[in-house]
Amino acid sequence: MIALVDYGAGNLASVRKGLAAAGARFHAPAGPADLDASTGIVVPGVGNFAAASALASGWRSAIADRVAAGVPLLGVCLGMQWLFETSAEAPGVAGLGIMKGTIARMEAASDRTIKIPHVGWNSLSIVRPSRILEGIDEGAQVYFTHSFAAPVTDDTVATCEHGSTFSAAVELERVFGVQFHPEKSGDAGLRILRNFVACCRNA
Amino acid sequence: MLSKRLIACLDIRDGCVVKGVNFEGLREAGDPAALARRYNAEGIDELVILDVTATVEARRAIDATIQAVAHELFIPLAVGGGIRSEADAAAAFDAGADKVSLNSAALADRSLLTRLAARYGSQAVVVAIDAKRARGRFEVFARSGRVSSGRDAVEWAVEAERCGAGEVLLTSIDRDGTRAGFDCEMTAAVASAVSIPVIASGGAGTFEHFHEVFTTGRADAALAASVFHFSEHAVLDLKQFLWGKGIPVRC
Repeated sequence: MIALVDYGAGNLASVRKGLAAAGARFHAPAGPADLDASTGIVVPGVGNFAAASALASGWRSAIADRVAAGVPLLGVCLGMQWLFETSAEAPGVAGLGIMKGTIARMEAASDRTIKIPHVGWNSLSIVRPSRILEGIDEGAQVYFTHSFAAPVTDDTVATCEHGSTFSAAVELERVFGVQFHPEKSGDAGLRILRNFVACCRNA
Repeated sequence: MLSKRLIACLDIRDGCVVKGVNFEGLREAGDPAALARRYNAEGIDELVILDVTATVEARRAIDATIQAVAHELFIPLAVGGGIRSEADAAAAFDAGADKVSLNSAALADRSLLTRLAARYGSQAVVVAIDAKRARGRFEVFARSGRVSSGRDAVEWAVEAERCGAGEVLLTSIDRDGTRAGFDCEMTAAVASAVSIPVIASGGAGTFEHFHEVFTTGRADAALAASVFHFSEHAVLDLKQFLWGKGIPVRC
C-alpha cells in the first residue's frame, strides 16, 4: 500500500486519479505513525514552499525513517523541491535534505519571451538512464507549472530548459522527484507513475 | 522548449456545453464529459470549463460537471464561472480543478487573487479578462460581458499579476464566436506588459489564426471552442500545421 501524504498543499484529486490509473493501491495516512506499513510514499503538492512547513513536525522524521528502511519515495512538484535542503521561496522552512542543493526562483526575461510561472508542456532532456524515467523518450513532453526550480546536481536524471536549465527529474537510490506533474502529463506521465509503482512492488 | 498550448473551452450551461456569438445566442454543443474524453484522446493540451451563466444567475459552476470532466482527463483542467470566494474556489479544486479562473469577482475584489495565490499558489489562479475595443482602448467588461468595469485590459492585467494571478485568460468580446481571428493587437499589448503567460481567446476560425496569435499576438496559449467542438478541424491537424510553420507544439 502506497501512502499519499496529504499536508494541505493543493488538491490531491488528480494525483489520486493518476495513481489509480497506474495500478497503485494507496491510502492517505492520517498521521506519520501510519507510514509504518507503507510500501511506498508519495509527497505531492503545489503552491508555496512554506506549505511544506506542515511536514516539519512528525512527517519529516517518519518519512526519513522509512526512506532509510528502503521504502521508495516520490516527490511531485513542490514535493520534489521538498527533497532538497532549502528553498529561496521560504528560507526558514527545512526540506527533507536527501538531495543536496537549494531551490531557486526562475527568472522571467525582461523582453517577455520567458514567462514565469513556467506553465505548459516542455520537453525532457535525459541525462542518464533511471528507473523513474524508464521507457520515456528523449524529448518527451510533460506538463509543468511552477516558479521555483531545483538545480542540476549529481542526482539529476533529466533536465528541462526554460530561461535556464533545471532539474526536471531526480533519482537517488529509491528516492525520486519530478518537477512536472505526471498525473497531468498524459500517457508519458502515467508511464512514470507506473515506474514508481513497480519500484514499490520490488522494493 | 516550452510548447505553445492549445486549449479547448467548454462553455457550460445547465450541465451542457453551449456556444454563443459575441457572448449571446447560446446553442447546445454536447455532453461535457464526452467532449472532454474526445479532446483528451485527440491530444488537446489543456481544458477550460466555464459556467457561462453562473455569475449572472448567481450560481457556481456545478461540481458534478467538474467531476465528470476531470474524471476523463490526464491533462490540466481550469474552471471558471461564478467563483467569488475562497470557499467557491475550494469547492472547484475539490471537484478536480487544477486552476480556477476569476473574472467579475477579481474586478470587484482584487485581494481574492492574492488570498487564493497564497493558499494554492499563483499557478492555480487565472485572471480572466473579457475586453472589447472602445474609446481607443481595450475596455474590460464584467458579468459575462454585460457591465463595463471602466478599466483597460493592459492596466488590469498588470495589476492582476501583481496581486498574484499566474496566468491571464484574455477574451476578445468583439471576436468571440465570430471566427474572424484572434484580436492579435490586444493580445500582444497584454502579453508584452506582463511576465505571466497569456492565453488568447475569442475569434479562432482557421489554422492560420492560431499561427498569427502565436507570432504577432505573442500568445503563450490559444483557447477555442467552436473550432474544436464541431469537428471542423482535428487537434492533430492543427498541431501539424503549426509545427510546419515552426511553432513549438506538443505532439
